[in-house]
Amino acid sequence: MEERKVIRKWIWVWDFEKEERWLNEMAQSGWVLDKIGYCRFEFKRCEPGEYVVRLELHPENDGYVEFMQETGAEYIGNMLQWKYFRKKAEEGSFDIFSDIDSRIGHLNKIGKMLSGIGTANLVIGLANSINPEVHMGWINLLCATLLMYGLGRIHGKKEALEKERLLHE
Amino acid sequence: MNENIVLTESTYYILLSLYRPQHGYGIMQQADQLSDGRVRLAAGTLYGALNALCEKGWIVPLPVDKESRKKEYKLTEKGLQVLKNELERLRQLVKNGEEILKEER
Repeated sequence: MEERKVIRKWIWVWDFEKEERWLNEMAQSGWVLDKIGYCRFEFKRCEPGEYVVRLELHPENDGYVEFMQETGAEYIGNMLQWKYFRKKAEEGSFDIFSDIDSRIGHLNKIGKMLSGIGTANLVIGLANSINPEVHMGWINLLCATLLMYGLGRIHGKKEALEKERLLHE
Repeated sequence: MNENIVLTESTYYILLSLYRPQHGYGIMQQADQLSDGRVRLAAGTLYGALNALCEKGWIVPLPVDKESRKKEYKLTEKGLQVLKNELERLRQLVKNGEEILKEER
């Protein structure tokens, strides 16, 4: 029986919750994420339900990985500033966030990243569309539009959480 | 200092756990124990809170022990005052609740 498998998959950044759900479905069916690459997920065999997998946007290299390891989580890897962790289910529940404020903080971080890249694409796109020598400006404008759409999706998630926070923590 | 600070439950238990120096995982375990398993601080939430509390000056990191390499934190005077104010607020909360709902018991 093969012990490893690779799945290539494109996932939009605003679908990070869906991605996490998918990775945990894989772990439930006996394949746990072991290595992460660009649109490339490498799994290894495990007992079904042995692991819980979590991912988080955490661009800073500030000792966070070590902190997570201290709490019993295993670090799988890093891809485009997203960090992937897993923990054995028998070692207790594994979540990265336990209150609404920190979930909102995480969405803010994602929003900031999307609007940063989005604005850069918009500026480059506009500059290129004025320049008659360059005909590829529309690609940047398309990217900017897409990123703005993503920003809207993140904003929607954030609003839902903020509404909840009006009543409880 | 602003007298009307309302702490989140996470912040309250983190500060309470740091009455004695403690590292991250220790804080998670202590909050879990103190609340009979009701407050489970997740690592990312705790990490963000520790940084924010250091910035506010309510806690300080202790010099890192070379052997264990685990970073420990401790409550400051300022943090202790915040905790005391919060306890006062919580007392009032309980008192008012009990007074108004006394017939329900």
